[in-house]
Amino acid sequence: MARIERQKRIIDFTLSSLLRRKGKNLALIAAYSWIVFLLASVLFITEAIRREAGLVLQDAPEIIVQRLVAGRQESIPVAYGEKIKTITGVRSVKGRLWGYYYDPTNGANYTLVVEEDRLKEAGRVIIGEGVARNVVGESYGTMPFVGYDGAYYFFEVAETLPADSSLVAADLIIVSATDFRALFGIAESLVTDIVVEVRNPREFETIAAKIKAMLPDTRPVLRDEILRTYDTLFDWRGGLIVIILLGSLMAFIIFAWDKATGLSAEEKREIGILKALGWETADVLMIKFWEGATVSLLAFFNGVLLAYAHVFLTESSLFEPVLKGWSVLYPRFALTPYINAYQLWALFFLTVVPYTVATIIPSWRAAIIDPDSVMRT
Amino acid sequence: MIRLHHIRKVFNQGKPSEFTAINGIDLRIDVGKITVLKGPSGSGKTTLLSLIGCMARPTSGRIFLQDREITSLPERFLTTIRRSTFGFMFQQFNLIKGLTVLENVMLPAYPTDSGYSELKHRALHLLETFSLSHKSSAKIEWLSGGEAQRVTIARALVNEPSILIADEPTAHLDTKLSKTFMEIMTRLNQEGTSILIASHDPMVFAHEAIDRIIEMRDGKMVPTGAAA
Amino acid sequence: MRTRKSHLLLVYLTLNLIAFCGMFVQAAHQRSASQAVLQRNRTLVRQLGLTDLCLFTDARYTRHPAMADLHTPFQDYPMSFEHFPSGSLMPPPPHLRSHGAH
Ligand SMILES: Nc1ncnc2c1ncn2[C@@H]1O[C@H](COP(=O)(O)OP(=O)(O)OP(=O)(O)O)[C@@H](O)[C@H]1O
Ligand SMILES: [Mg+2]
Repeated sequence: MARIERQKRIIDFTLSSLLRRKGKNLALIAAYSWIVFLLASVLFITEAIRREAGLVLQDAPEIIVQRLVAGRQESIPVAYGEKIKTITGVRSVKGRLWGYYYDPTNGANYTLVVEEDRLKEAGRVIIGEGVARNVVGESYGTMPFVGYDGAYYFFEVAETLPADSSLVAADLIIVSATDFRALFGIAESLVTDIVVEVRNPREFETIAAKIKAMLPDTRPVLRDEILRTYDTLFDWRGGLIVIILLGSLMAFIIFAWDKATGLSAEEKREIGILKALGWETADVLMIKFWEGATVSLLAFFNGVLLAYAHVFLTESSLFEPVLKGWSVLYPRFALTPYINAYQLWALFFLTVVPYTVATIIPSWRAAIIDPDSVMRT
Repeated sequence: MIRLHHIRKVFNQGKPSEFTAINGIDLRIDVGKITVLKGPSGSGKTTLLSLIGCMARPTSGRIFLQDREITSLPERFLTTIRRSTFGFMFQQFNLIKGLTVLENVMLPAYPTDSGYSELKHRALHLLETFSLSHKSSAKIEWLSGGEAQRVTIARALVNEPSILIADEPTAHLDTKLSKTFMEIMTRLNQEGTSILIASHDPMVFAHEAIDRIIEMRDGKMVPTGAAA
Repeated sequence: MRTRKSHLLLVYLTLNLIAFCGMFVQAAHQRSASQAVLQRNRTLVRQLGLTDLCLFTDARYTRHPAMADLHTPFQDYPMSFEHFPSGSLMPPPPHLRSHGAH
């Protein structure tokens, strides 16, 4: 009990001395919280996308076969599918029709897909929630399309996909095969790519290799590769965000280092007074420990809690300009909150430990100063 | 009772700037008395006080506190003795800015095991004794010189020391405040506290309550006969 | 004097800790609440044969990073010089990084 009381007194003192330089220390905590906030936001977003992609894309096509012509993906002949079907171990082969459509009135890009089971009739479309958000004001009910030959098509909007499917389907427009072919001028003998189903999942690799050998101008993409794409989508080495983060992190480290490690003449004098009044060196170090711990703990909690609210309650609204980029159709980042406790531990150690240690180190030097130094000055 | 035996204090030993501040002092200070160290500037008063108060170690010689030899004790024990036996008033007030008056007074007791409310009670009582109750939550930097002085006394007394050490306590005070200060010292002495003051202020050493004057010059004691 | 500063700090930190735990509770709650949606999206992925999440719609290889390839020069390859911010947020998928994996 006495020990706790003693720590509490030391905390009292620490807080009083922190409050003395209120502006400076609050600015420090704010800057520190901001860094933690950015880091935690990125961690939350990437982890949530990673986990959600892993779950949602579990049923993505097993093997997709693309055809490459002169370095570009081109439509693949239906006949290729027939050939692939002859490979032992292949259960089924299905051509996919999909592509992008640039909507000149909105300046948005849509993804057009064909799904015969869902939409057979020509002249009708099912649109994703993002598309609906984009066109709803103008001409809800029908959507105009310009075909490859300049002809206009008006498709009736039969249905809008539910808003919570946004993460996979925000920009989708489901059209019938007939309309798709008419719109883009694709012959009956061609499809965009081919989905291959395999009997034995362990054979994915071998069958992909066989396809590649049989049809050298194709490129098979495995489901595993799709899943791994999202595992590393926002790899920490990847891109801009890390560079920006590193920049502010460096600036902050320099600032905090200077703040934490420098003992001002006044602080030295204070330590001398405390020692002269009978404080032990350990008590003086405790002040510094609590100073570092208070600042970094507050920063950690503030940063993480704000980041959680930011990512999962406001859909990462602060990052919108970056995430949105040139996208006119901006999908909502309404992510399911998957939290990686291990990452938070790591973040905790990275924020609290180095800062606290950095505050203690310089005071060690001052703490071994003779207390009689305060007798003069 | 404090006994000093052949005490020497040399600063910067072995360097060109070597300086002997205390040069062979043998002294015995009895309990319950007011003793004044007197002497010109640079004669070693402050240095001697810091040796007695366990803030620094002598270069040679031994110091006994109630028959306990303290010169060879490790730092931790010195800190404990400093905290429990001595109350200090420094030449500068050395109050800590940003803290309130009450917090400053409680400061020397923070590392002790006394309970918080008891400690607070004691500190408030001291402030009351020195008519500072109304200032208890004021910040140190708002105080007048005389108030700051009294806060220092309160701080020195919060651990109920048996010996009070004051270095030039009247340096920043006018005549009236100096007189009040000596009255406080007299009262404390009557309550049983030994008091050791370094001063060259006649208001102090010519005061009637003084039991003994030790005169110093160049790190040595001037023989009593010559001083009288 | 008012409440001790150490108590205020401890109370504040405790509140933070509670909020921190609350965050995990809220997250767990949200996750179980969104199970149905997740299942629905999974079905949609299976039915439509989707390969990617709809995160960015500004470039082909950011809309469908899993479908991007190494062979196309310029803007179709995720490591080419970038003018879409989305592209600079993500590195090329692993199966493109080891050249000629198949
Ligand atoms: N740390 C030190 N290093 C070198 N010399 C010192 C040190 N501390 C004190 N001195 C010297 O020791 C001598 C005695 O100093 P001290 O402070 O004890 O004098 P004093 O009698 O208290 O003087 P004053 O009345 O001016 O306060 C002075 O000449 C001073 O310069
Ligand atoms: Mg002096």
